[in-house]
Amino acid sequence: MTTSRTRFTAPQRLLHWLMAICILSMLFIGVGMVSTVTTKYLTLVQIHKPLGIAILLLAIVRLALRFIYGAPALPPDLPEPVKLAAWSSMVLFYLLMIAMPLIGWAMLSAASYPVVLFGGVHLPPIAPVSPALHTLLWNAHKYLAFAFFATILMHIAAILTHKLIRNDGIFETMAPTFGKSETK
Amino acid sequence: MVESPASRKSLPLGRLVLIAAVVAAGAIGFAYTAGWLSPHRLTPKKLVAGLAPPGGPAPGHRRNHAKGICFTGTFEANGDGSALSKARVFERGRYPVVGRFNLATADPNAKDAMVRVRGLGIRITTPGGQEWRSAMIDAPVFPVSTPKDFYELLTASGSKDPNAMKNFIGAHPGFLAFAGWAKSAPWTSSYAEERYNSLDSFLFVDEAGAKHAIRWSLMPSALPVPISPDDLAKRGPDYLEQEITQRVAGSAQRWDLVITVANPGDPTADPNKAWPADRRTVNVGTLIVEQIEPERDGPCRDINFDPAVLPEGITTSDDPFPAARSAAYSRSYNSRTAEEAAYPRTETGAKQ
Ligand code: HEM
Ligand code: HEM
Ligand code: HEM
Repeated sequence: MTTSRTRFTAPQRLLHWLMAICILSMLFIGVGMVSTVTTKYLTLVQIHKPLGIAILLLAIVRLALRFIYGAPALPPDLPEPVKLAAWSSMVLFYLLMIAMPLIGWAMLSAASYPVVLFGGVHLPPIAPVSPALHTLLWNAHKYLAFAFFATILMHIAAILTHKLIRNDGIFETMAPTFGKSETK
Repeated sequence: MVESPASRKSLPLGRLVLIAAVVAAGAIGFAYTAGWLSPHRLTPKKLVAGLAPPGGPAPGHRRNHAKGICFTGTFEANGDGSALSKARVFERGRYPVVGRFNLATADPNAKDAMVRVRGLGIRITTPGGQEWRSAMIDAPVFPVSTPKDFYELLTASGSKDPNAMKNFIGAHPGFLAFAGWAKSAPWTSSYAEERYNSLDSFLFVDEAGAKHAIRWSLMPSALPVPISPDDLAKRGPDYLEQEITQRVAGSAQRWDLVITVANPGDPTADPNKAWPADRRTVNVGTLIVEQIEPERDGPCRDINFDPAVLPEGITTSDDPFPAARSAAYSRSYNSRTAEEAAYPRTETGAKQ
């Protein structure tokens, strides 16, 4: 799935940064809302659900783009274990971007809550009402969210290492170009 | 590329520190947002833990209003609510209801005559899948004005310090309005004879988008027959559940759903303050309780009567309680569903 391009395509880069903002927001909103009893609680919950579903839709588009356009090759001098780490974190990200929203949606279904996105717009249940299933999904949503955040921190540390220590061009594959020409 | 990686032999310490700082800042920001660095923040966890009796909560049961019984029935809307709210539930028609009569105690085995406050949880579903959930009590005002005060009340009433309640009341004189009711209002011997009040205010949004601050109450058709707590105690610890089961088996029980509309300036943010008695009221329909079912196998057990689950046409107001309650009820629900093994349905219990 690699390509001869030296950068991700513009739509891939746009989605990467847009989703990075959305996902980081979701993680902070998530832990913030479950730790407050102020009116912020309802506001945050009302953002959490539609934004989570938006991430699910964007992740599907992003996965499709990844299959169509692939990714630029990693530098050939990159050690095999590092390549493996890059590949596994990429797979983990895609899994989480798709699984987290589905788990959240199923968790609400299993608890017999209506899954309201905004106003009168709501989603149908995707799981039967079941205390046991709700507990399983609730734990999964929580601990996978922490795993998600930890992986993001590692991803950021890795990318900054590539940029600031090795300066091997990996950062540039995803860097925004702000109108600069693609062939530069 | 400016430099080849190979030209960089010694480790650039400053840059490593920068990377570590970025990661650490992210982790600390996350921990702060999650409240892990602020032990004084009033979290749902703390608020719900405050409800627990000295021996700890009853596993598998609601953390408050733990004793209760399920019902099913119908809400019959007369159409008059549509002038105030565009919610489907006010359009003339019949909508299915699941609900729960309950006692305001953390002990699922409490004796009926020991519990002053009675409650009712309700879920009305309209075509299209929208829901209106509510949990109401028979007291005319809530004991306190804010969720933080409620936590302080729980702390004071659970405290070993003999002056704790006195000090609390000194600092929160509004409590006396509730205490006066608790002391002097007559008790009844039936869930069917109680009036249940939302206490919290909400906003009804009409077709034109105008918002009306309101509260609501369920007014019983059954006439209240006063009984002393002593006489109630003589009828047995679970008399209320036996009585409502028999009564509803005999005939369906009815309540009028009455909306009270606030005047400008009324205390909409404070369920500890009643609104003047002359406020406009609108009778919007009838709750008909048709069947009683034990909680253990009943349809209400695994429902959270979260007061913030509202249909399009009803929203929260400046009252801070629905948000705090929603957060706390969710915490309680998560705990009790995770403890399902401690409160199995009789069906599965029998099969084992
Ligand atoms: C919520 C946070 C983030 C997520 C979920 C995420 C996810 C991903 C994924 C899945 C890839 C693989 C390429 C693809 O198929 O799209 C990737 C690549 C990349 N990301 Fe992120 N990212 C996040 C945040 C960041 C941040 C904050 C930076 C910058 C410091 C960054 C820089 C990069 C770079 C430079 C690449 C290209 C190198 C590679 O393919 O590994 N990302 N990211
Ligand atoms: C990328 C998507 C998502 C991420 C990263 C995410 C993240 C989180 C996090 C970090 C928490 C707090 C966990 C805790 O500390 O207990 C949380 C809680 C929650 N999330 Fe999500 N979430 C996502 C999608 C969704 C979706 C789509 C829904 C529902 C439609 C949802 C519903 C919830 C609910 C109801 C809670 C509160 C759980 C509780 O009762 O404790 N989430 N989420
Ligand atoms: C901050 C204040 C409050 C807290 C922390 C609180 C806490 C709780 C909790 C933890 C439950 C159990 C929820 C569940 O597991 O499903 C509950 C149930 C209930 N609460 Fe509250 N509550 C508060 C205020 C109120 C108010 C203002 C009312 C009435 C106007 C009320 C009426 C009820 C009723 C009727 C139930 C039982 C609902 C059912 O049958 O499931 N509560 N409360």
